[in-house]
Amino acid sequence: MKTAYTKPTALLAYLILATAILWSLAPGLFTQGDPIIGDDRALLAPSATHWFGTDSVGRDLYTRVIYGARNSLLGALVAVLVGLIIGTSLGVIAGTLRGKAETIIMRIVDVLLSIPSLLLSLAVLILLGFGTMNAAIAVGVTSIAMFARLVRSQVLSVVSSDYVEAAYGVGSTRTAVLIRHVLPNSLTPVLALVALQFASALLQLATLGFLGYGTPPPTPEWGLLIADSRAYLATSWWLTLLPGAVIVAVVLAANHISHIINQEGQV
Amino acid sequence: MSLLNVTDLNVSYTASSGTVQAVHGINLTVERGQTTAIVGESGSGKSTSALAIIGLLPDNASVSAGAITLIDQPVTPVMRGKRVGLIPQDPTNSLNPTKTIGESVAEGLRIHGHADVKSKVLRLLEKVGIDQPERRYKQYPHELSGGMNQRVLIAAALALEPDLLIADEPTSALDVTVQKVILDLLDQMREELGIGILLITHDLAVAGDRAHRIVVMQQGAVVEEGLAAHVLANPRQPYTQRLLADAPSLATGSQAPLRPSTREGEIILSVENLGQVYGNFTALEGLSFEVTRGSTHAIVGESGSGKTTAGRAIAGLLTPSSGQITLDGVKLKPSRALRQKVQMVYQNPYSSLNPRQTIGKAIGEGLGNFTNLTKKQIQQRVQDYLELVSLSPELANRRPRELSGGQRQRVAIARALILEPDVVVLDEAVSALDVTVQAQILRLLEKLQQELGLTYLFISHDLAVVRQISDTVTVMSRGQQVEHGETAHVFTNPQSDFTRTLLGAIPGASYRHGNYNLGL
Repeated sequence: MKTAYTKPTALLAYLILATAILWSLAPGLFTQGDPIIGDDRALLAPSATHWFGTDSVGRDLYTRVIYGARNSLLGALVAVLVGLIIGTSLGVIAGTLRGKAETIIMRIVDVLLSIPSLLLSLAVLILLGFGTMNAAIAVGVTSIAMFARLVRSQVLSVVSSDYVEAAYGVGSTRTAVLIRHVLPNSLTPVLALVALQFASALLQLATLGFLGYGTPPPTPEWGLLIADSRAYLATSWWLTLLPGAVIVAVVLAANHISHIINQEGQV
Repeated sequence: MSLLNVTDLNVSYTASSGTVQAVHGINLTVERGQTTAIVGESGSGKSTSALAIIGLLPDNASVSAGAITLIDQPVTPVMRGKRVGLIPQDPTNSLNPTKTIGESVAEGLRIHGHADVKSKVLRLLEKVGIDQPERRYKQYPHELSGGMNQRVLIAAALALEPDLLIADEPTSALDVTVQKVILDLLDQMREELGIGILLITHDLAVAGDRAHRIVVMQQGAVVEEGLAAHVLANPRQPYTQRLLADAPSLATGSQAPLRPSTREGEIILSVENLGQVYGNFTALEGLSFEVTRGSTHAIVGESGSGKTTAGRAIAGLLTPSSGQITLDGVKLKPSRALRQKVQMVYQNPYSSLNPRQTIGKAIGEGLGNFTNLTKKQIQQRVQDYLELVSLSPELANRRPRELSGGQRQRVAIARALILEPDVVVLDEAVSALDVTVQAQILRLLEKLQQELGLTYLFISHDLAVVRQISDTVTVMSRGQQVEHGETAHVFTNPQSDFTRTLLGAIPGASYRHGNYNLGL
């Protein structure tokens, strides 16, 4: 059947994401170069030997982008998981318990939402210390509020439906109703948010990397690559543009998939 | 010369999965000053036909017709409002909530450049029987009842003095007494203004009462067409005959016998002085009745009468603020154990089944909660109960979306019965179903009651159905118990004005009394 999941644009989005994931799983398949040690002249323009050119110490930028995928994607994944797990739990608790628990949780969520996300993630980073995983957790914390709010509203609408009452009617316990009926019917929009937050986490991680709070050099990371090359923007613009284009492509692909999930509903 | 003449109307929808022919070869006419009714079940193409005439179908519909003419002129979109008015189905959804009543009615007048709009609107509001037009003019739809809103929509449709009104299920969302008032109003407007009405309805009784000509549709085609009297008194097609036989309101008072009056037996359920208060709103007050084992007790009332609240309290889904419910000699408290003894079947089979659960899992869920049966034993029981409600056991692995409304309601019944409850609360359990499906479900319920000795609490707004299925009845109005007794007694000899009004509002009176609308 032809649905939005099989449209050409969707296929392109899958392809981009799949490539990025393959880069992070098996970078050696895509490049023979070394991401840490440079073996050529610095600041070469893109060519057949160096597809993206070389950076300020002669390392092949294409190789560094590919090896950087692992750190960036893993970071984004951890960030989304942090937001998903904590946010969904909070949302489910708020939506099912109602009353005081809901008020307290949702007011905390409001506070989280009111703090600009970059500021919040920097604050968390300062508490936890710098590093790849800590940056990921910091970015994840900023998405907790989004997940909690979405899940709560979903749970509220599902909980009031007839089939949930019918399930209580045939003697199911609250936990059973939650697992059998409420969660499966609340999660489709959450899945869309996962894809969307994945994209935004990637961007936020790149921002943190750019600012120097993420993965320390010389390990390649997408945000860091752009930060390193910004001094040469006037002469070697491709050093900033090409890694930037890769980030944009992956972010757009994840965004597009999120959009499709939202549109189509049922996965 | 007919007012509206439609010949050979075809409509098809193009979707990504292919082209669907929704309506083919429809011919119909509406005479000046008369009503033509299109009758059919959901999916028969009756609304599609009406909307095709007025040109309001979505873009993926393609319409072809020999001719659609209004007084020998082809119908064009320009005529919309001016020559052809539309009364939509659901009054609560059809008025813009951010506009006042006056603005809504005036909109058409303004678009067509009328002067002195306000006084015209006030006159219209008065004409359709809205009290205090000056005040209503400034009110918003949410401040008015559903019936009042439907009057507003009729006023809006009449504003430009059209020759033809298309009324698409104008009363389906309304209470039966309000339905009668609105249909009376339409009749009155038709006579006063000499307009023609094309009435779309699923209710053959309504069509029989109101229409001069009836067009019966099934699966996109006209099955039977003719003068109302002919079609009702002398239906030629088996489909029309079945519709007539299955319509409870048409059967009332004629062939279908009332159920044997009293059944001696032990009292299984007794309700004393049940009351429910929300804040300072009393939803239910002083409800008392008793039900004998194996009988059916009906609670009848209009929306907001507190009948569903009563049903939910008895099913243990809410704790009433006052009163006492005794089941099988035991005072009832909401608890999980009670759930097994009282089961509920809901009105809407589309919302009462989890869309992500298979049919088998849905039916077996209760068994898993209350018994220690193994998965295999549960599966076996599920198969048995699927057969009991006349469904194929193979459906156990399907999901609700693959089933029709009637099939889903059978699943909901199986889910309730598998726990072998003492009492089954049927909350408007047949109201959302087409008339033939409704008749099938009612027959199934009767059969199951005889086989299993079930006790039903049948909550409904439909007196015709209640008369057919129940032994005893409680009539409710605004949270109060108005009348209570044996069904036969209450229906033949109603004691309260409210019951009399309800009974008088059942459509199909002309059919039952044999004074047909001959269209003369």
